[in-house]
Amino acid sequence: MPEHKTLAATGNSVVAEAMRQCHPNVMAAYPITPQTTIVEEFAGFVAKGKTDCEYVTVESEHSAMSACIGASAAGARVMTATSSQGLALMWEELHIAAGMRLPIVMANANRALSAPINIHCDHSDIMGARDTGWVTYFAETAQEAYDNTIMAVRVAEHPDVMLPTMTTLDGFITTHSIDRVSVMDDATVAGFVGEYHPKNALLDIESPVLHGAFAGLGGPFFEFKKQQRVAMENARQIIKDVAEEYSALSGRPFDVVETWGMEDAEVAVVVIGSTAGNVRHVARDLRAKGQKVGVVKIRVWRPFPYAELAAALKGLKAVAVLDRAESFGAEGGPLFLETRSALYDAAERVPVVGYIYGLGGSDVKLELLERVYQDLSDIAAGAAAPSGLVYLGAREEA
Amino acid sequence: MKWDISQMGTWTYKQFPAGAVIPEAGNSDDYVTGGWRSERPWRNDEKCTQCLLCWIVCPDSSINVADEKVTTFDLDHCKGCGICAQVCPVDAIDMVPEGCELPEVK
Repeated sequence: MPEHKTLAATGNSVVAEAMRQCHPNVMAAYPITPQTTIVEEFAGFVAKGKTDCEYVTVESEHSAMSACIGASAAGARVMTATSSQGLALMWEELHIAAGMRLPIVMANANRALSAPINIHCDHSDIMGARDTGWVTYFAETAQEAYDNTIMAVRVAEHPDVMLPTMTTLDGFITTHSIDRVSVMDDATVAGFVGEYHPKNALLDIESPVLHGAFAGLGGPFFEFKKQQRVAMENARQIIKDVAEEYSALSGRPFDVVETWGMEDAEVAVVVIGSTAGNVRHVARDLRAKGQKVGVVKIRVWRPFPYAELAAALKGLKAVAVLDRAESFGAEGGPLFLETRSALYDAAERVPVVGYIYGLGGSDVKLELLERVYQDLSDIAAGAAAPSGLVYLGAREEA
Repeated sequence: MKWDISQMGTWTYKQFPAGAVIPEAGNSDDYVTGGWRSERPWRNDEKCTQCLLCWIVCPDSSINVADEKVTTFDLDHCKGCGICAQVCPVDAIDMVPEGCELPEVK
């Protein structure tokens, strides 16, 4: 039976702990706020001999991901972490890691992108990476960040997936706040993730292989992209299977879409990341006042759980979607677009309102979330939905 | 065992090794790249002193040699870069345009 230990720890600290417990062979990383303490703590484990991981200090995130790709192709279990501008600098390598089918696990501390310079939380960085072919988890809490990191290893390395996987947590809010986290003993985690047996390792000199081949005009490039699509579709079930096995050890439930109060809810807020907790808090207060409100939290962003989301939102009178990232010129933020698409096949048309909030760490005040629920109640009562997307909490002229 | 790619043109995504890995060493030999060439080398056997400098410098290992003597060019892989013609100390190699009447390549 696993031994559980409860810690008061930051999200970054338990992500570093989870990574140590998953015994990567190589970590190549570059520090960036607010990810730094993940790689800093991990470097501490290396320095103290608590892991035999080869820790490669590089001169940029471009190099970090390049080194990770090389190490993964060589046959190592590889992990890293980044944030914001660092993730942006990795952009071309993110595609390469996915295209080469290398099961690298990376934590991302979700943070705004410049300009203006800002180091605080939003999802601009990770949403910008949404089409790079990485399986992507979101954590609401430090606990989820710990759990997601361990599960990510199994999903990434599954023979039917073999895709790089990102485990994300909100910058400062989750990375730096001290939270109550239950961690498992090393042997249990090691047993759960198991040994990595690479299939086409460059260091397997008995079976020489080539990575990074060319597939040009008239070649099978299109077929390789279909392979990636199929692998990502395979991940849907494998994420659930791995989570079921993990939940049996951890005692904590998991779903790709997690709901609160949806049994009889008439209106609901769809949210991703740390703000889910704030929304649940507001929803609980409104429930106490007799309002039938619910919360739908997305825990896995790629592959996007559109069927599960559509099922969760079935029969509602109004839905709000909270996006902590812009997609300038689109009809709404990335989560709004996915949600509306997921609902397209629903028998009854539900009004869906898109809200942009919290960019660059803008305060997510409870009264703003109350306003969202008020909008939904008004729509449910027959009022017109706000036209276009709402910049929640933006200053307005008096 | 040789990796059989003779039917590759009909393979679906299921037949290709994941991530475009090539699971066999040295099979670039089977990949005909000579079609990239716009000029081909032509060697004058009478001028040639068999110094083998062309064989040393050819970046595509396309100088065929038997019994320590240059015989022909491997036109399946020669890309027509002209380095052989450039280094030849006795000007025994000329680069001639592809697609026109060519002297027999020896």
